[in-house]
Amino acid sequence: MEKPHDTSHTQGEALHDRINTLVDGRLPPARRAELEAELGEDAAARETLRTWRAQREALRDLHRPLLDEAIPDTLLAAARRGQTGKQQIDQWRRWGGMAAAVMLAFGVGWLSHGQLGSPAPQQLAAARSAQSFVHQASLAHAVFSPEVRHPVEVTAAQQDHLVQWLSKRVGRPLKVPVLAAEGYELVGGRLLSGDGGARAQFMFQNAAGLRLTLYLGAVDAASQPLSQAAQETAFRYSGDGPVPSFYWVDQGFGYALSGAVSRDELMKLAQRVYQQL
Amino acid sequence: MAAGFALRMTHFPLTDHIPSLRRYARALTGDAWTADDLVQDTLERACSKWRLWVVGSDLRAWLFTLMHNIFVNQVRRSLRQAAAGATVNVDEVEGELAAPEAGTAQSLDLQRCLLRLPEDQRAVLLLVSLEDLSYEEVARITGVPVGTVMSRLSRARSRLRELMDGPAPVAATAPAQLRRLK
Repeated sequence: MEKPHDTSHTQGEALHDRINTLVDGRLPPARRAELEAELGEDAAARETLRTWRAQREALRDLHRPLLDEAIPDTLLAAARRGQTGKQQIDQWRRWGGMAAAVMLAFGVGWLSHGQLGSPAPQQLAAARSAQSFVHQASLAHAVFSPEVRHPVEVTAAQQDHLVQWLSKRVGRPLKVPVLAAEGYELVGGRLLSGDGGARAQFMFQNAAGLRLTLYLGAVDAASQPLSQAAQETAFRYSGDGPVPSFYWVDQGFGYALSGAVSRDELMKLAQRVYQQL
Repeated sequence: MAAGFALRMTHFPLTDHIPSLRRYARALTGDAWTADDLVQDTLERACSKWRLWVVGSDLRAWLFTLMHNIFVNQVRRSLRQAAAGATVNVDEVEGELAAPEAGTAQSLDLQRCLLRLPEDQRAVLLLVSLEDLSYEEVARITGVPVGTVMSRLSRARSRLRELMDGPAPVAATAPAQLRRLK
Protein backbone atom coordinates (compact mmCIF):
# COMPACT_ATOMS: atom_id res chain seq x y z
CA MET A 1 0.00 0.00 0.00
CA GLU A 2 2.79 2.40 0.83
CA LYS A 3 5.55 3.06 -1.58
CA PRO A 4 9.07 3.70 -0.42
CA HIS A 5 10.18 7.31 -0.48
CA ASP A 6 12.02 7.26 -3.77
CA THR A 7 11.82 8.58 -7.32
CA SER A 8 8.35 7.09 -7.78
CA HIS A 9 7.20 9.71 -5.32
CA THR A 10 4.50 11.62 -7.13
CA GLN A 11 4.23 15.35 -7.38
CA GLY A 12 1.15 15.34 -5.15
CA GLU A 13 3.00 13.44 -2.46
CA ALA A 14 5.96 15.79 -2.69
CA LEU A 15 3.62 18.73 -2.23
CA HIS A 16 2.04 17.08 0.80
CA ASP A 17 5.48 16.45 2.30
CA ARG A 18 6.27 20.14 1.97
CA ILE A 19 2.97 21.13 3.53
CA ASN A 20 3.69 18.74 6.41
CA THR A 21 7.00 20.42 7.16
CA LEU A 22 5.22 23.78 7.21
CA VAL A 23 2.40 22.54 9.45
CA ASP A 24 4.83 20.94 11.91
CA GLY A 25 7.21 23.90 11.87
CA ARG A 26 10.21 21.82 10.78
CA LEU A 27 11.78 24.44 8.53
CA PRO A 28 14.18 27.31 9.15
CA PRO A 29 12.36 30.68 8.81
CA ALA A 30 13.91 31.60 5.46
CA ARG A 31 12.94 28.33 3.85
CA ARG A 32 9.48 28.61 5.36
CA ALA A 33 8.77 32.00 3.79
CA GLU A 34 10.03 30.71 0.46
CA LEU A 35 7.77 27.68 0.58
CA GLU A 36 4.71 29.65 1.64
CA ALA A 37 5.29 32.00 -1.29
CA GLU A 38 5.40 29.02 -3.65
CA LEU A 39 2.13 27.71 -2.29
CA GLY A 40 0.59 31.16 -2.68
CA GLU A 41 -0.14 30.36 -6.31
CA ASP A 42 -2.07 27.21 -5.50
CA ALA A 43 -5.47 27.76 -3.84
CA ALA A 44 -6.00 24.06 -3.07
CA ALA A 45 -2.58 23.77 -1.43
CA ARG A 46 -3.26 26.86 0.65
CA GLU A 47 -6.53 25.36 1.81
CA THR A 48 -4.79 22.08 2.70
CA LEU A 49 -2.19 24.01 4.69
CA ARG A 50 -4.91 25.89 6.57
CA THR A 51 -6.95 22.76 7.39
CA TRP A 52 -3.96 20.70 8.46
CA ARG A 53 -2.76 23.49 10.71
CA ALA A 54 -6.18 23.72 12.38
CA GLN A 55 -6.16 19.94 12.72
CA ARG A 56 -2.79 19.98 14.41
CA GLU A 57 -3.95 22.63 16.88
CA ALA A 58 -7.11 20.65 17.66
CA LEU A 59 -5.06 17.48 18.22
CA ARG A 60 -2.70 19.27 20.57
CA ASP A 61 -5.68 20.21 22.73
CA LEU A 62 -7.03 16.68 22.78
CA HIS A 63 -6.99 15.14 26.28
CA ARG A 64 -4.78 17.97 27.50
CA PRO A 65 -6.30 17.87 31.03
CA LEU A 66 -4.78 14.37 31.39
CA LEU A 67 -1.34 15.97 31.59
CA ASP A 68 -2.23 17.63 34.90
CA GLU A 69 -4.26 14.80 36.33
CA ALA A 70 -2.90 12.85 39.31
CA ILE A 71 -1.13 9.69 38.14
CA PRO A 72 -2.92 6.50 39.26
CA ASP A 73 -1.09 4.58 42.00
CA THR A 74 -0.82 1.43 39.90
CA LEU A 75 1.18 3.30 37.26
CA LEU A 76 3.39 4.98 39.85
CA ALA A 77 4.13 1.61 41.41
CA ALA A 78 5.02 0.13 38.02
CA ALA A 79 7.39 3.01 37.28
CA ARG A 80 9.07 2.79 40.67
CA ARG A 81 9.61 -0.90 40.29
CA GLY A 82 11.50 -0.36 37.06
CA GLN A 83 13.42 2.61 38.33
CA THR A 84 14.59 0.92 41.48
CA GLY A 85 15.82 -2.01 39.46
CA LYS A 86 17.79 0.28 37.17
CA GLN A 87 19.38 2.25 39.97
CA GLN A 88 20.35 -0.89 41.79
CA ILE A 89 21.94 -2.24 38.65
CA ASP A 90 23.84 0.97 37.96
CA GLN A 91 24.94 1.20 41.56
CA TRP A 92 26.03 -2.36 41.48
CA ARG A 93 27.89 -1.97 38.21
CA ARG A 94 30.01 0.74 39.74
CA TRP A 95 30.54 -1.17 42.91
CA GLY A 96 31.06 -4.42 41.06
CA GLY A 97 33.75 -2.82 38.92
CA MET A 98 35.60 -1.73 42.02
CA ALA A 99 35.29 -5.13 43.60
CA ALA A 100 36.65 -6.76 40.46
CA ALA A 101 39.64 -4.41 40.50
CA VAL A 102 40.36 -5.23 44.13
CA MET A 103 40.11 -8.93 43.45
CA LEU A 104 42.36 -8.65 40.44
CA ALA A 105 44.97 -6.77 42.48
CA PHE A 106 44.66 -9.37 45.17
CA GLY A 107 45.04 -12.15 42.61
CA VAL A 108 48.12 -10.57 41.08
CA GLY A 109 49.71 -10.05 44.47
CA TRP A 110 48.99 -13.60 45.39
CA LEU A 111 50.55 -14.95 42.20
CA SER A 112 53.61 -12.76 42.54
CA HIS A 113 54.23 -14.35 45.90
CA GLY A 114 55.14 -17.43 44.00
CA GLN A 115 51.94 -19.36 44.54
CA LEU A 116 51.07 -21.75 41.77
CA GLY A 117 47.67 -21.70 40.20
CA SER A 118 45.11 -18.95 40.40
CA PRO A 119 41.82 -18.44 42.16
CA ALA A 120 39.11 -20.34 40.32
CA PRO A 121 37.26 -17.82 38.17
CA GLN A 122 34.04 -19.61 39.06
CA GLN A 123 34.54 -18.90 42.70
CA LEU A 124 35.34 -15.27 42.06
CA ALA A 125 32.20 -14.94 39.97
CA ALA A 126 30.10 -16.70 42.56
CA ALA A 127 31.44 -14.56 45.39
CA ARG A 128 30.75 -11.49 43.34
CA SER A 129 27.18 -12.44 42.51
CA ALA A 130 26.46 -13.30 46.13
CA GLN A 131 27.82 -9.92 47.19
CA SER A 132 25.85 -8.23 44.46
CA PHE A 133 22.79 -10.00 45.71
CA VAL A 134 23.17 -8.92 49.31
CA HIS A 135 24.00 -5.38 48.27
CA GLN A 136 20.80 -5.18 46.24
CA ALA A 137 18.88 -6.60 49.19
CA SER A 138 20.24 -3.91 51.46
CA LEU A 139 19.41 -1.14 48.97
CA ALA A 140 15.91 -2.48 48.49
CA HIS A 141 15.48 -2.41 52.24
CA ALA A 142 16.65 1.21 52.40
CA VAL A 143 14.30 2.20 49.61
CA PHE A 144 11.09 0.57 50.73
CA SER A 145 11.20 0.18 54.49
CA PRO A 146 10.79 3.95 55.16
CA GLU A 147 7.70 4.07 52.91
CA VAL A 148 4.64 5.08 54.86
CA ARG A 149 1.91 4.80 52.26
CA HIS A 150 3.20 2.05 50.00
CA PRO A 151 5.75 -0.06 51.84
CA VAL A 152 4.50 -3.15 49.98
CA GLU A 153 2.60 -3.86 46.80
CA VAL A 154 0.45 -6.64 48.21
CA THR A 155 -0.38 -6.65 51.89
CA ALA A 156 -0.35 -9.55 54.33
CA ALA A 157 -4.16 -9.54 54.23
CA GLN A 158 -3.82 -11.21 50.84
CA GLN A 159 -1.01 -13.52 51.81
CA ASP A 160 -2.11 -16.42 49.59
CA HIS A 161 -2.26 -14.23 46.55
CA LEU A 162 1.06 -12.60 47.48
CA VAL A 163 2.88 -15.91 47.80
CA GLN A 164 1.35 -17.30 44.63
CA TRP A 165 2.19 -14.17 42.63
CA LEU A 166 5.78 -13.83 43.82
CA SER A 167 6.42 -17.56 43.46
CA LYS A 168 5.33 -17.33 39.85
CA ARG A 169 7.52 -14.31 39.16
CA VAL A 170 10.71 -15.64 40.76
CA GLY A 171 10.06 -19.08 39.30
CA ARG A 172 10.14 -21.09 42.51
CA PRO A 173 7.56 -21.91 45.17
CA LEU A 174 8.09 -19.51 48.04
CA LYS A 175 7.14 -19.72 51.66
CA VAL A 176 6.73 -16.87 54.07
CA PRO A 177 8.56 -17.57 57.32
CA VAL A 178 6.72 -16.91 60.58
CA LEU A 179 8.58 -14.61 62.96
CA ALA A 180 5.72 -14.01 65.38
CA ALA A 181 7.65 -15.56 68.26
CA GLU A 182 10.36 -12.95 67.67
CA GLY A 183 7.73 -10.21 67.61
CA TYR A 184 7.61 -9.59 63.86
CA GLU A 185 4.46 -9.74 61.75
CA LEU A 186 4.29 -9.85 57.96
CA VAL A 187 3.45 -6.48 56.36
CA GLY A 188 3.37 -7.80 52.79
CA GLY A 189 5.65 -8.07 49.80
CA ARG A 190 6.70 -6.66 46.48
CA LEU A 191 8.34 -7.63 43.25
CA LEU A 192 11.71 -6.13 42.26
CA SER A 193 14.16 -6.69 39.48
CA GLY A 194 17.72 -7.73 40.18
CA ASP A 195 20.78 -8.82 38.22
CA GLY A 196 19.62 -12.40 37.96
CA GLY A 197 15.99 -11.59 37.14
CA ALA A 198 12.95 -11.16 39.33
CA ARG A 199 13.42 -10.75 43.07
CA ALA A 200 10.85 -10.85 45.84
CA GLN A 201 10.89 -8.82 49.01
CA PHE A 202 8.84 -9.69 52.09
CA MET A 203 8.56 -7.07 54.78
CA PHE A 204 8.03 -7.67 58.50
CA GLN A 205 7.42 -5.21 61.28
CA ASN A 206 7.48 -5.41 65.07
CA ALA A 207 5.36 -3.54 67.61
CA ALA A 208 7.94 -0.74 67.76
CA GLY A 209 7.58 -0.20 63.99
CA LEU A 210 11.02 -1.61 63.21
CA ARG A 211 11.08 -3.28 59.81
CA LEU A 212 12.94 -6.30 58.49
CA THR A 213 13.01 -7.38 54.90
CA LEU A 214 13.64 -10.80 53.43
CA TYR A 215 14.93 -10.53 49.89
CA LEU A 216 15.10 -13.58 47.68
CA GLY A 217 15.67 -14.70 44.13
CA ALA A 218 17.94 -16.64 41.82
CA VAL A 219 21.57 -15.60 42.16
CA ASP A 220 23.09 -14.59 38.85
CA ALA A 221 25.48 -17.36 37.94
CA ALA A 222 27.07 -15.28 35.17
CA SER A 223 27.58 -17.54 32.19
CA GLN A 224 29.44 -20.27 33.99
CA PRO A 225 27.95 -23.41 35.42
CA LEU A 226 27.93 -23.15 39.16
CA SER A 227 30.12 -25.41 41.15
CA GLN A 228 28.66 -27.06 44.21
CA ALA A 229 30.44 -24.48 46.33
CA ALA A 230 28.77 -21.62 44.52
CA GLN A 231 25.30 -23.11 44.77
CA GLU A 232 25.42 -23.16 48.51
CA THR A 233 27.10 -20.84 50.93
CA ALA A 234 27.31 -20.59 54.65
CA PHE A 235 25.59 -17.82 56.52
CA ARG A 236 27.39 -14.58 55.90
CA TYR A 237 27.14 -11.18 57.42
CA SER A 238 27.36 -8.03 55.33
CA GLY A 239 27.65 -4.57 56.80
CA ASP A 240 28.51 -2.85 53.51
CA GLY A 241 25.07 -1.70 52.46
CA PRO A 242 22.86 0.95 54.01
CA VAL A 243 21.62 -1.64 56.52
CA PRO A 244 23.28 -4.85 57.67
CA SER A 245 22.19 -8.18 56.25
CA PHE A 246 22.68 -11.87 56.79
CA TYR A 247 22.65 -13.82 53.57
CA TRP A 248 23.03 -17.30 52.24
CA VAL A 249 22.66 -19.16 48.96
CA ASP A 250 20.87 -22.45 48.76
CA GLN A 251 20.63 -24.40 45.49
CA GLY A 252 21.34 -21.33 43.40
CA PHE A 253 18.70 -19.30 45.22
CA GLY A 254 19.76 -16.41 47.40
CA TYR A 255 18.21 -15.17 50.63
CA ALA A 256 19.09 -12.00 52.49
CA LEU A 257 17.54 -10.78 55.69
CA SER A 258 18.16 -7.08 56.27
CA GLY A 259 17.29 -4.77 59.10
CA ALA A 260 18.71 -2.13 61.39
CA VAL A 261 19.16 -4.45 64.35
CA SER A 262 22.23 -5.78 66.15
CA ARG A 263 24.34 -8.42 64.50
CA ASP A 264 23.41 -11.02 67.10
CA GLU A 265 19.75 -10.37 66.79
CA LEU A 266 19.87 -10.41 62.99
CA MET A 267 21.77 -13.70 63.12
CA LYS A 268 19.12 -15.20 65.36
CA LEU A 269 16.32 -14.02 63.06
CA ALA A 270 18.12 -15.27 59.96
CA GLN A 271 18.46 -18.69 61.53
CA ARG A 272 14.75 -18.74 62.29
CA VAL A 273 14.06 -17.89 58.64
CA TYR A 274 16.50 -20.50 57.40
CA GLN A 275 14.95 -23.26 59.52
CA GLN A 276 11.52 -22.56 58.05
CA LEU A 277 12.42 -22.43 54.36
CA MET B 1 22.86 6.84 56.52
CA ALA B 2 19.90 4.80 55.44
CA ALA B 3 17.83 7.96 55.11
CA GLY B 4 20.47 9.49 52.85
CA PHE B 5 20.30 6.49 50.57
CA ALA B 6 16.53 6.57 50.48
CA LEU B 7 16.52 10.24 49.58
CA ARG B 8 18.95 9.83 46.75
CA MET B 9 16.99 6.96 45.34
CA THR B 10 13.50 8.40 45.41
CA HIS B 11 13.69 10.44 42.23
CA PHE B 12 12.07 8.41 39.51
CA PRO B 13 12.62 9.87 36.02
CA LEU B 14 10.22 7.29 34.61
CA THR B 15 7.33 8.96 36.37
CA ASP B 16 8.05 12.25 34.57
CA HIS B 17 6.94 10.59 31.35
CA ILE B 18 3.74 9.02 32.59
CA PRO B 19 1.43 12.00 31.87
CA SER B 20 2.44 12.26 28.21
CA LEU B 21 2.37 8.47 27.79
CA ARG B 22 -1.16 8.46 29.20
CA ARG B 23 -2.35 11.20 26.90
CA TYR B 24 -0.85 9.60 23.83
CA ALA B 25 -2.31 6.21 24.78
CA ARG B 26 -5.72 7.76 25.35
CA ALA B 27 -5.76 9.42 21.94
CA LEU B 28 -4.43 6.24 20.32
CA THR B 29 -6.97 3.86 21.86
CA GLY B 30 -9.85 6.23 22.58
CA ASP B 31 -10.54 4.54 25.89
CA ALA B 32 -9.36 5.48 29.36
CA TRP B 33 -9.01 1.92 30.70
CA THR B 34 -7.35 0.51 27.62
CA ALA B 35 -4.99 3.46 27.61
CA ASP B 36 -3.89 3.02 31.22
CA ASP B 37 -3.46 -0.71 30.65
CA LEU B 38 -1.20 0.15 27.75
CA VAL B 39 0.82 2.55 29.91
CA GLN B 40 1.10 -0.07 32.64
CA ASP B 41 2.31 -2.68 30.15
CA THR B 42 4.83 -0.17 28.82
CA LEU B 43 6.22 0.58 32.28
CA GLU B 44 6.46 -3.11 33.06
CA ARG B 45 8.26 -3.77 29.80
CA ALA B 46 10.61 -0.89 30.59
CA CYS B 47 11.23 -2.47 33.98
CA SER B 48 12.17 -5.83 32.50
CA LYS B 49 14.33 -4.30 29.77
CA TRP B 50 16.20 -1.65 31.74
CA ARG B 51 19.52 -3.04 30.74
CA LEU B 52 18.77 -2.43 27.07
CA TRP B 53 18.33 1.25 27.70
CA VAL B 54 21.60 3.11 27.37
CA VAL B 55 22.13 5.65 30.10
CA GLY B 56 22.04 9.16 28.68
CA SER B 57 20.00 8.23 25.62
CA ASP B 58 16.51 9.57 25.14
CA LEU B 59 14.32 7.90 27.73
CA ARG B 60 11.15 9.38 26.26
CA ALA B 61 11.78 8.03 22.75
CA TRP B 62 12.61 4.63 24.22
CA LEU B 63 9.36 4.53 26.21
CA PHE B 64 7.33 5.52 23.16
CA THR B 65 9.08 2.78 21.17
CA LEU B 66 8.14 0.19 23.79
CA MET B 67 4.57 1.45 23.85
CA HIS B 68 4.33 1.42 20.09
CA ASN B 69 5.49 -2.20 19.88
CA ILE B 70 3.06 -3.31 22.56
CA PHE B 71 0.20 -1.49 20.86
CA VAL B 72 1.00 -2.97 17.45
CA ASN B 73 1.09 -6.48 18.93
CA GLN B 74 -2.22 -5.96 20.69
CA VAL B 75 -3.84 -4.71 17.50
CA ARG B 76 -2.49 -7.70 15.57
CA ARG B 77 -3.77 -10.07 18.20
CA SER B 78 -7.22 -8.51 18.20
CA LEU B 79 -7.31 -8.60 14.40
CA ARG B 80 -6.50 -12.31 14.53
CA GLN B 81 -9.30 -12.81 17.01
CA ALA B 82 -11.65 -10.86 14.78
CA ALA B 83 -10.60 -12.98 11.82
CA ALA B 84 -11.24 -16.09 13.89
CA GLY B 85 -14.86 -15.05 14.15
CA ALA B 86 -14.88 -13.29 17.48
CA THR B 87 -17.25 -10.39 17.06
CA VAL B 88 -18.01 -7.50 19.33
CA ASN B 89 -21.49 -7.19 20.65
CA VAL B 90 -22.38 -3.53 20.47
CA ASP B 91 -24.61 -3.82 23.53
CA GLU B 92 -21.68 -5.06 25.58
CA VAL B 93 -19.35 -2.27 24.64
CA GLU B 94 -21.98 0.44 24.66
CA GLY B 95 -20.71 1.74 27.98
CA GLU B 96 -17.26 2.11 26.50
CA LEU B 97 -18.51 3.73 23.32
CA ALA B 98 -20.32 6.30 25.39
CA ALA B 99 -17.36 6.64 27.73
CA PRO B 100 -17.90 9.74 29.85
CA GLU B 101 -15.00 11.66 28.41
CA ALA B 102 -14.53 15.17 29.62
CA GLY B 103 -14.44 17.45 26.64
CA THR B 104 -16.34 19.39 24.09
CA ALA B 105 -18.43 17.90 21.32
CA GLN B 106 -15.65 18.93 18.98
CA SER B 107 -12.97 16.96 20.77
CA LEU B 108 -15.27 13.94 21.04
CA ASP B 109 -15.80 14.15 17.34
CA LEU B 110 -12.08 14.46 16.70
CA GLN B 111 -11.38 11.39 18.85
CA ARG B 112 -14.06 9.43 17.03
CA CYS B 113 -12.63 10.32 13.64
CA LEU B 114 -9.10 9.51 14.82
CA LEU B 115 -10.22 6.00 15.67
CA ARG B 116 -11.41 5.53 12.12
CA LEU B 117 -7.89 5.99 10.79
CA PRO B 118 -5.75 2.89 10.27
CA GLU B 119 -3.58 2.31 13.40
CA ASP B 120 -0.26 2.97 11.65
CA GLN B 121 -1.46 6.33 10.32
CA ARG B 122 -3.03 7.26 13.65
CA ALA B 123 0.19 6.50 15.52
CA VAL B 124 2.34 8.62 13.20
CA LEU B 125 -0.12 11.53 13.25
CA LEU B 126 -0.25 11.53 17.05
CA LEU B 127 3.50 11.13 17.58
CA VAL B 128 4.13 14.10 15.29
CA SER B 129 1.26 16.35 16.39
CA LEU B 130 0.70 15.50 20.02
CA GLU B 131 4.25 14.67 21.06
CA ASP B 132 6.01 16.97 18.62
CA LEU B 133 8.58 14.32 17.80
CA SER B 134 10.71 14.84 14.68
CA TYR B 135 10.00 12.74 11.58
CA GLU B 136 13.29 10.91 12.17
CA GLU B 137 12.37 10.08 15.77
CA VAL B 138 8.96 8.84 14.66
CA ALA B 139 10.66 6.67 12.03
CA ARG B 140 12.86 5.11 14.72
CA ILE B 141 9.95 4.60 17.11
CA THR B 142 7.70 2.97 14.53
CA GLY B 143 10.53 1.11 12.81
CA VAL B 144 9.85 2.35 9.27
CA PRO B 145 11.78 4.64 6.88
CA VAL B 146 11.28 8.41 7.14
CA GLY B 147 9.61 8.39 3.71
CA THR B 148 6.96 6.03 5.03
CA VAL B 149 6.42 8.28 8.03
CA MET B 150 5.86 11.22 5.68
CA SER B 151 3.39 9.39 3.48
CA ARG B 152 1.48 8.00 6.47
CA LEU B 153 1.31 11.49 7.88
CA SER B 154 -0.11 12.95 4.66
CA ARG B 155 -2.63 10.14 4.33
CA ALA B 156 -3.69 10.52 7.97
CA ARG B 157 -4.19 14.26 7.59
CA SER B 158 -6.12 13.96 4.33
CA ARG B 159 -8.32 11.20 5.67
CA LEU B 160 -8.96 12.96 8.97
CA ARG B 161 -10.02 16.06 7.07
CA GLU B 162 -12.51 14.04 5.03
CA LEU B 163 -13.87 12.38 8.15
CA MET B 164 -14.25 15.64 10.03
CA ASP B 165 -15.98 17.26 7.06
CA GLY B 166 -18.31 14.32 6.55
CA PRO B 167 -21.53 13.59 8.44
CA ALA B 168 -21.05 12.72 12.13
CA PRO B 169 -20.83 8.96 12.53
CA VAL B 170 -23.69 7.25 14.31
CA ALA B 171 -22.67 5.65 17.60
CA ALA B 172 -23.70 2.18 16.44
CA THR B 173 -21.23 2.28 13.56
CA ALA B 174 -18.34 3.31 15.76
CA PRO B 175 -15.41 1.03 15.02
CA ALA B 176 -14.83 -2.11 16.99
CA GLN B 177 -11.30 -0.91 17.84
CA LEU B 178 -12.84 0.75 20.84
CA ARG B 179 -13.04 -2.49 22.68
CA ARG B 180 -10.36 -3.22 25.22
CA LEU B 181 -7.42 -4.88 23.66
CA LYS B 182 -6.46 -7.03 26.59
